[in-house]
Amino acid sequence: MTVGIVLVSHSAKLAQGLADLAAQMAPDVRIIPAGGLPDDGGIGTDYDEVVAATQRADAGDGVVLLYDLGSAQMTAELAVESLSGGLAAVVADGPLVEGAIAAAVAAQGGADRKAVASAAAGAGLAPDLAAVDSPSDSQEKELTLTNEVGLHARPAAVLVRSLASVEAEVTIRLGDQEADAHSVLALMSLGARQGDRILVRARGPEASDALAKVTGLVESNFGE
Amino acid sequence: MGCSSEGVAAALRAAAEVVAEHRSELVELDRAIGDGDHGENMSRGFTAIVSALETEVPATPAGVAKLAATTLISKVGGAAGPLYGTAFLRASTRLGDADSLDVPLLVAALQAALDGVQARGKAVGGDATMVDALIPAVSAAEACPADASIADVLTAAADAADRGAESTVDLVPRKGRASYLGERAVGHMDPGARSTALLLRAFAEAAR
Repeated sequence: MTVGIVLVSHSAKLAQGLADLAAQMAPDVRIIPAGGLPDDGGIGTDYDEVVAATQRADAGDGVVLLYDLGSAQMTAELAVESLSGGLAAVVADGPLVEGAIAAAVAAQGGADRKAVASAAAGAGLAPDLAAVDSPSDSQEKELTLTNEVGLHARPAAVLVRSLASVEAEVTIRLGDQEADAHSVLALMSLGARQGDRILVRARGPEASDALAKVTGLVESNFGE
Repeated sequence: MGCSSEGVAAALRAAAEVVAEHRSELVELDRAIGDGDHGENMSRGFTAIVSALETEVPATPAGVAKLAATTLISKVGGAAGPLYGTAFLRASTRLGDADSLDVPLLVAALQAALDGVQARGKAVGGDATMVDALIPAVSAAEACPADASIADVLTAAADAADRGAESTVDLVPRKGRASYLGERAVGHMDPGARSTALLLRAFAEAAR
């Protein structure tokens, strides 16, 4: 048995699309979308649907609920409170998309409810700085961002994609903040802008290749 | 003088009328800083309460409050559904099995509703939410003299809620969708604070 997952969103399409995406990585996990309003499919959250989805997601090991915006959180918490009788459910605090993927993968691997919830909560966060700080075998390079929007969504996505096939752990530091270069959200959270100097650090078998790729992207302004 | 479950039901019917009258006003307030559906949602919720009360009026004030809570949770949607639902649910729990409502019980129920809303929404005073109407309302109700009537207490609460709602115009929202607007939301009254003030006014009028 695995922990079930409920995706509470204001949008039926968002919840359904995310459930489809997460299911690709976790075929044995019950991932139930609970999005939108029941009557007209409009934007909103529906308490009854969230309760029903939570009951359907439970295969005996409990359920973790994820949410998109404020009232979805309240609806999810209210549903968990009202179900507290026999069903063990928790609301996880994390980014919806990356959290759902992380939770689904954890559940597929047999993690318990608490571990699934913490996988969701930890998704998209900057890695522990102590863990990545100055490993002896890492290589680093300082670069100045010259493109207009800095490390905003599109350039960050380009960077993450370019590193996908490179065997190296890569982080990017701006001031006293460091982000995993494999996470678009983490990179965006740095708020690096045009003119900022970033420190790229890579370790692993293809560390030099990773540095060269990032350097190439920065120097070509991410193709803007 | 007390107020039976029939009295509480009458107050909810009066609230439904007031919400319907102010539907466009709430939509306009919410459109300025949120998603524009607050008037629609509240109107749908209270219409459903009136329908449910046509079938049966529960025997105790707590039963009526609980019926309002479950209906609002299911029908209102948005943030207002779980928030008002929790308010009525906590009030209902506080009312217990009393046959009728007196002033001390009313004040305790209002306090329980406020506590529930704060626990659910994690908002504090000054965040520009319905809490800014509820906090002064509860304080005003508590400050009423011992011989005040239910109508007096609710009127004092409604007056304070009006001023509290007015105060949200100058605040920077820190909760809900309006918080994404930051400073740009200044100059707009919070729709939830306004609807809270409207509900309390309707209850006060019904108690007269």
